[in-house]
Amino acid sequence: MAYDGWQGVIQLIELSDISKSYRTGSVSVEAIKHIDLTIAKGEIFGIIGHSGAGKSTLLRTVNLLERPTSGSVKVGGVELTKLSSSQLQKERRRIGMIFQHFNLLAMATVRDNIAFPLRLAKLSRAAIQTRVNELLQLVGLEAHADKYPAQLSGGQKQRVGIARALASNPDVLLCDEATSALDPQTTNAILDLLLDINKKLGITILLITHEMHVIRSICDRVAVIDGGEVVEMGDVLDVFLQPQHPTTKDFVSQVADSFDPRELIASSKGRLMKINYVGEITYEPLLFNAVRSTSVQFAILQGTVSRMKNTPYGQLVIEFIGEDQEIRQVIANLRDKGLEAGELA
Amino acid sequence: MTMRLTFENVRWSEVWQASKDTLAMLGASLVFTIVLGLLLGVVLFLTSRHQLIAQPIVYFLLSVVVNVLRSVPFVILMIMIMPVTKAITGTTLGVQGTIPPLVVAAAPFFARLVETSLREVDRGVIEAAQAMGASRWDIVRRVLLLEAKPGLLAGITITAVTLVSYTAMAGVIGGGGLGDLALRYGYQRFQTDVMIVTVILLIILVQLLQMAGDYLVRRFSRK
Repeated sequence: MAYDGWQGVIQLIELSDISKSYRTGSVSVEAIKHIDLTIAKGEIFGIIGHSGAGKSTLLRTVNLLERPTSGSVKVGGVELTKLSSSQLQKERRRIGMIFQHFNLLAMATVRDNIAFPLRLAKLSRAAIQTRVNELLQLVGLEAHADKYPAQLSGGQKQRVGIARALASNPDVLLCDEATSALDPQTTNAILDLLLDINKKLGITILLITHEMHVIRSICDRVAVIDGGEVVEMGDVLDVFLQPQHPTTKDFVSQVADSFDPRELIASSKGRLMKINYVGEITYEPLLFNAVRSTSVQFAILQGTVSRMKNTPYGQLVIEFIGEDQEIRQVIANLRDKGLEAGELA
Repeated sequence: MTMRLTFENVRWSEVWQASKDTLAMLGASLVFTIVLGLLLGVVLFLTSRHQLIAQPIVYFLLSVVVNVLRSVPFVILMIMIMPVTKAITGTTLGVQGTIPPLVVAAAPFFARLVETSLREVDRGVIEAAQAMGASRWDIVRRVLLLEAKPGLLAGITITAVTLVSYTAMAGVIGGGGLGDLALRYGYQRFQTDVMIVTVILLIILVQLLQMAGDYLVRRFSRK
């Protein structure tokens, strides 16, 4: 199927001109300033920002845990900001949410925690039991059904949170720093589970995080938020490979090796190029092929070859040594292959 | 001089009757105290600042009433509300006559304990319930009361023990029970043996209540 741009894409979440200000004493603080955001059905959208940037407030406006000072929130075509509180309660059942600190009922077993939203929806006892068993299986907690949260590890608690959030078959899953309290291994396991759920159930995921690793692992698109404003937004690959805003560059350097190009330039004998490439060509002998017919030599000074969600990519800083003419030929060869090559400045 | 305790003054049938009266007063007043105190405590919690139904004026007024009732010494409260007691139960004497003052004194006390326990409930859990589409009533019933259970059980235990000492004071206005026995025989007729027996029985009662309460708190703690 051909990619048809935005045609036929259903916009599941539409935030228009959202602002939120708090009053602390006599001072009014604007946590969010006129943010517009649309999220398509089925995508995994990440919002990244430093603490205090307003990302948590923004996420909470989607299910109106935070009511915006102005602007409208639409989920699945329903304008939540116009609903009565009982209508809102019904709509919220289509929006699942998981939390950094899991927020499970300490006094209820895993089974009862997962059953909570089903009891709210007044399902029959038998229907609840069937559904809870399905969910336990989905998140791999069958063996722990009758334990209490205090007896579980952090990763297991988040699995309970995910099962609970999915219980009422929501269209959207909101993730509020869902992996920030977990160790790196557990974080990856939970991210895999989220990706799996997205694929299997087609559920749209909106997450916030301060870790670029989370964005890189599972997100399709990303918005970078700083000072209550979206400063950069786009496909994760584009934003990652060509960050524009200083905050974005800062986040990208969390996962890429951070380096100071000036140092390299000062000690360079040849020509320094920064090369980006994406997709299957990552696994081809690109550099070798490009220099083969010339007498140009090269040194890799810095580099990353990795994957973003399921897309392989590479990002290298290379010093080419040789005659100008020949180096230009090498760069042309690389560009012919579809690589991006730019002078390091 | 040696003190000889022969328990010659103790009429065991009267002690038995007084014990039953004390238990009846305690049981009945505890039930009413739990119901009213829970209700009042939940309302206090919900109407306080930053909570689900933040109503500072309602909270302030309820708070004042609770504080007033708690600051009047029980003996005086008992006498002050005699007309109310008479209107409710038809008498100010005996087991029946002591229940209204016991409840009026203990319910505000228990309500504060309830309020404190509910404050201990993790806000995040309440938020999660809201996100799942829970109504306020759902949150009270399925989240707050469940999560606060150990605290509430501890509060009931403290309240029950307090009620035991109140029932003893109720003897002053002819309320009956062990306190009444101790006062009439032990104090007014200098029958120390009767006093000792009643005090021992009260100690045993308090001990049993505390142990039962502690057991339940432990049984329901999940942290």
